[in-house]
Amino acid sequence: MNRSPRRDLVVGLFVLAGLAALSYLSMNVGGLTFRNQGGLVLYASFDEIGGLKPRAPVVIAGVKVGQVVDIALDSDYRARVRMDLRRDLKLPVDTSASIMTAGLLGDQYISLQVGGDDRLLENGGTITITESALSLERLIGKFIYSTDRAGSNEAKPSRTGGER
Amino acid sequence: MLQLIEDIGFAAVRFVAELGRITWFAVDVARAVFTPPPRIRAFLGEMFNIGVLSLLIICVSGAAVGMVLGLQGYNTLVRFGAEESLGAVVGLSLIRELGPVLTALLTTGRAGSATTAEIGTMVATEQLDGLRMLAIDPVHLVVAPKTLAMIAAMPLLSALFIVCGLAGGYFVGVALMGVDAGSYVSSLQNAVDFRDDVLGSVLKAFVFGVLVGLISTFRGYTCQPTSAGVSAATTSTVVVGSVSVLLFDYIITALWGV
Amino acid sequence: MADVATAKHTFPVAFDHVTMRFGSRRVLEHFSCAFPSQRISVILGGSGAGKTTILRLIGGLVQPQAGQIWVAGTQIVGLSERELYEVRRHLGMMFQGGALLNSLTVYENLAFPLREHTRLSEPEIAERVHATLAAVGLKDVDHLLPGELSGGMVKRVALARAILRDPEILLCDEPFSGLDPISVKRIEALLRRINQERGITMIVSSHHIPSTMRMAHHVVLLWDHKAVQGTPHELASSPDPQIADFFNEEVHEDGVREPQHTPVQRW
Repeated sequence: MNRSPRRDLVVGLFVLAGLAALSYLSMNVGGLTFRNQGGLVLYASFDEIGGLKPRAPVVIAGVKVGQVVDIALDSDYRARVRMDLRRDLKLPVDTSASIMTAGLLGDQYISLQVGGDDRLLENGGTITITESALSLERLIGKFIYSTDRAGSNEAKPSRTGGER
Repeated sequence: MLQLIEDIGFAAVRFVAELGRITWFAVDVARAVFTPPPRIRAFLGEMFNIGVLSLLIICVSGAAVGMVLGLQGYNTLVRFGAEESLGAVVGLSLIRELGPVLTALLTTGRAGSATTAEIGTMVATEQLDGLRMLAIDPVHLVVAPKTLAMIAAMPLLSALFIVCGLAGGYFVGVALMGVDAGSYVSSLQNAVDFRDDVLGSVLKAFVFGVLVGLISTFRGYTCQPTSAGVSAATTSTVVVGSVSVLLFDYIITALWGV
Repeated sequence: MADVATAKHTFPVAFDHVTMRFGSRRVLEHFSCAFPSQRISVILGGSGAGKTTILRLIGGLVQPQAGQIWVAGTQIVGLSERELYEVRRHLGMMFQGGALLNSLTVYENLAFPLREHTRLSEPEIAERVHATLAAVGLKDVDHLLPGELSGGMVKRVALARAILRDPEILLCDEPFSGLDPISVKRIEALLRRINQERGITMIVSSHHIPSTMRMAHHVVLLWDHKAVQGTPHELASSPDPQIADFFNEEVHEDGVREPQHTPVQRW
């Protein structure tokens, strides 16, 4: 219980340093912001979402403009994704949404390609043009199948045309 | 054989009784915290003893752990060509687990044992009885400020540990191993979510602060008034405190992630 | 021996069939006693006989297993800590080791309880502290820490703290322990003077026979969880050989033997 103004100063500095560290972690690292950057809610339905998860980023030309809020199964058994985007966006109704992968093994995110129509999507609207996630297994399967076919087409003489 | 079972039985009963005692103690401390007059001087003094005096060990350990994470992380990730994610690996490990847990363990060893020894010595030299005879509540004057300071200091120390760790990881990854600085920072920012990770980290640190604060003061307060008693109490603080921190770490991780 | 049942309210401190046990160790069994007002009473006994325990019981620091204890007109067995604080306003306790707060200076140790419990201004507090320190024969010690004081000085500061708020009853736990013979005489003189000047009822635990013979009005001798009470003279000339031996052996703590059959000094 020593009364020392210098000690009080040091304690104050310690608390400040701790709080600064906390706010750095919260805002710069953790992405906490005070301005409500969302506001524009849009939906998109996909046949296959792959590894897309809630809070995955939504980007336009590589710039993050929002995030995936929710993924649910709709009545057609397609995945209906709900996105929360910056409210200042003006997106035409023919904007398309594709599910991309960041890097080779990275997380999946949604990339929007802005369309050219005059009419704009409204809050709560749905993006109709969507491109599902590419599944690596299917791609490889297709590739193997097509090389097989190419190989077998060369080996056997074509029976089409002519003799039928 | 029968003696063994008997011993285990006694130990179990003693353990439960001890839990009860520390719970009552916690209630007393909580009541003292909200009873005027506020012991601001004492609280600030304890913030110095517990917080400021732990800064050196926390920051140095944080940087060291960050550096090791940077090294180990790099060596593992480079095999998958994913070394650009080093920032995320270092950051998530520190924020979610290593920051709060290691800070709590280090603080238990340094500040926790010091608190127990201090209070225990006051018991042994009848200083607490002296206060009671002066109609001053020793829990209010001595115990509550120490506990409160531990609770307040732990999240701050944990945050500082993590920041030093991130810096250590940056130093090893970027300066030494050649990871791109921008990738380090951006993978860190993309991977860390405020709600899940940072908030969970602060919550853990807070809970650990409560645990260590209560255990260290309780052990000192209830120790045998001899020097052997003080020594035993100090050891107990470190052991019980450390184990409790690790157990609660699991519990909080499981619950928070749900 | 006074009938305790009717004496409760006339004596400042009275015990009524008090039994105190620590685990399996019996310290007091059906102990009854009344301490005379404004006099010095001494509790004598060997180590572990229960002298300090009686003082702690009076202060409410421990609770007995059975019996009643009256302090300043209030029965204190079974009271809560909060209620005990009220009773302790009438008490001052001088602990064996001083029990001063080690991190505070002498001045702070004395000013602190005044700040907690009174509304005195700082100058008034300073005056009270210095006056009390002077009463125990100390000055210019304000800024010293307890660790920097000699044994005798620690006792005196502890005594000052105990009488700071003018209590009616002063409890002294082994005030002469660990002191050289000169300091013992000084403390003894101090206690007697405070008793005479302020009329405080004093209950002292000790195993120092000569000072007991000189200053005690009433003696309680404890051994084998039995208690014998009376004036010093009564006990010293007791027909029971064990009791008489205890008094006439007169071996000081510091090992100096006084000759046997020294006439008992009356005061």
